[in-house]
Amino acid sequence: MQKSIKKITPYLFILPWIIGFLVFTLGPLIFSLIMSFYNWSLTGKPQFVGFGNYIEMFTIDKQFSKSLIISLKYAAVFVPLNMAIALFLAMLIAQPVKHTKIFRTIFYIPSVISGVAVSIIWSWILNSDYGILNYLLSLLGIKGPKWLVDPGYAILAVIIASAFGVGSMMLIFYTDIKGIPSTLYEAASLDGASSFRQFFSITLPLITPTLLFNLITSIISSFQQVTLVMLLTGGGPLKSTYFYGLYTYNNAFKHHKLGYASANAWVMFVIILILTMLVFRTSSSWVFYQSENAKNKKRRKP
Amino acid sequence: MHLSKKTKFIIYFILILFTIYFTAPFIYMVFSAFKTEAEAIAYPPKFLPSKWHFENFINAWNSQPFGTYLFNSILVTVLTTLGQVISCSLVAYGFARFEFRGRDILFMILMATMMIPWDVTMIPQYMEFNMFGWINTLKPLIVPAWFGSAYYIFLMRQFLLSVPKDFEEAARIDGANAFQIYLKVFMPILKPSLILVAVLNMITVWNDYLGPLIFLQERNKYTLALGLAAFKGVHSTKIIPMLCITIIMIIPPVLTFIFSGKHIVESTGGGVK
Repeated sequence: MQKSIKKITPYLFILPWIIGFLVFTLGPLIFSLIMSFYNWSLTGKPQFVGFGNYIEMFTIDKQFSKSLIISLKYAAVFVPLNMAIALFLAMLIAQPVKHTKIFRTIFYIPSVISGVAVSIIWSWILNSDYGILNYLLSLLGIKGPKWLVDPGYAILAVIIASAFGVGSMMLIFYTDIKGIPSTLYEAASLDGASSFRQFFSITLPLITPTLLFNLITSIISSFQQVTLVMLLTGGGPLKSTYFYGLYTYNNAFKHHKLGYASANAWVMFVIILILTMLVFRTSSSWVFYQSENAKNKKRRKP
Repeated sequence: MHLSKKTKFIIYFILILFTIYFTAPFIYMVFSAFKTEAEAIAYPPKFLPSKWHFENFINAWNSQPFGTYLFNSILVTVLTTLGQVISCSLVAYGFARFEFRGRDILFMILMATMMIPWDVTMIPQYMEFNMFGWINTLKPLIVPAWFGSAYYIFLMRQFLLSVPKDFEEAARIDGANAFQIYLKVFMPILKPSLILVAVLNMITVWNDYLGPLIFLQERNKYTLALGLAAFKGVHSTKIIPMLCITIIMIIPPVLTFIFSGKHIVESTGGGVK
């Protein structure tokens, strides 16, 4: 009796997650896959259509590929740009100068703000009639574009507004850079390596695991970007920012095509899986893992 | 490591440039919130209001049931935070301090769930909550938090793994059972992790827009984020009230971060490797 209680104890501790996983993740996951083979509206009886939804997406529905391309374009620009800025800022605040703590806080704060607030702030700043940004540009003699009205610039506006939250990724890079033993740099300095050289030979290789982590999480999140476009541009003008996430959301909750939207979501899931796998595949050639021993030591440090 | 004066100057220069990018929108917003509507949309824009209209905030707040929205937001934030802290610490303790069959496989599944886009589960979840009769209540926003969240469980487990293996031995010899050990031995030392998870959850839930958008329908159930977004839809021509509410809305997460920043900074990235 005693023994069997001991045996089930750990399962009792993880039980909340197991229930949550079954009810809120696995169940819905399977159900959404099933739904994707149905013509399923909010009212009325679901109709089995086989691969009909998927066929419709790839052959009839022009918006599918358009939205997919918009999201891919956004990810292709935003992910590397955001990572580069995050790493650059992390390197800056990791320098041995005073007041870096204050700068760290300032840079991080915009990323704790709601997407709703960010969209209101930026739609006001980017306003083409009275927005401050175009005014400042005009002082420099540049005629600012009609950010949110011009289909050619709206996606750039979304990128500018999302880059506002670069702080969270900066912080991840920062803690990692701070964890690099200073003896490595000292040794390199003695050997006469410039700080430029030190960055590429010490810092960059040592943070490649973090680089990989940030790359994957930001690919995933940029594909799911909905809130900001919904509120900043509403997908427009002329559907130029009709991101894939918004397309899926609208199919589900605006057009009530639940089966079709489920198929949309599954295509997104598969794309994310493929991209992640590709990144992992290539990672062995560019991600540098320290020896198991060194890694454990580092982890134990508070 | 020492930097030359010139390098230091360049570093500060760039730091200040970015400081302007990150702070100027807020500063300008705060000043503008006190302007009149005409002044706010005047071109060329003026930086400071000619007269400070403090009543802007009161008028904005009273133009919609923002008190109700605020109450709902606080309710959801507090109850989810409580749920996450309790459930995640239990689960993390189970994963970190026991050896049992299927543990590693289950943990891998837990990690994998972080990759599932929300879009895939949102539709069945909507139907599920509809079946429970939970649509247009705050329950869909609160209840799932009581079953843990993969990322938070992961953060706490990492922390618990760093505690030496024989840490609970003394308590065990004294006859304490697993739950007592969790409560008396691990809760106190888990404190930094608990605070981190609480802060991360508070900020996330307070800011959440899509959840409330899907699950809530009537205004008296709205959270502040949803209320503000709805306000934007109605008042897109009136900028001042929107700025006022936006300022009110961003104060709690900013203060939370400033007072707990240390925990966030020290714990971020710890889990990456």
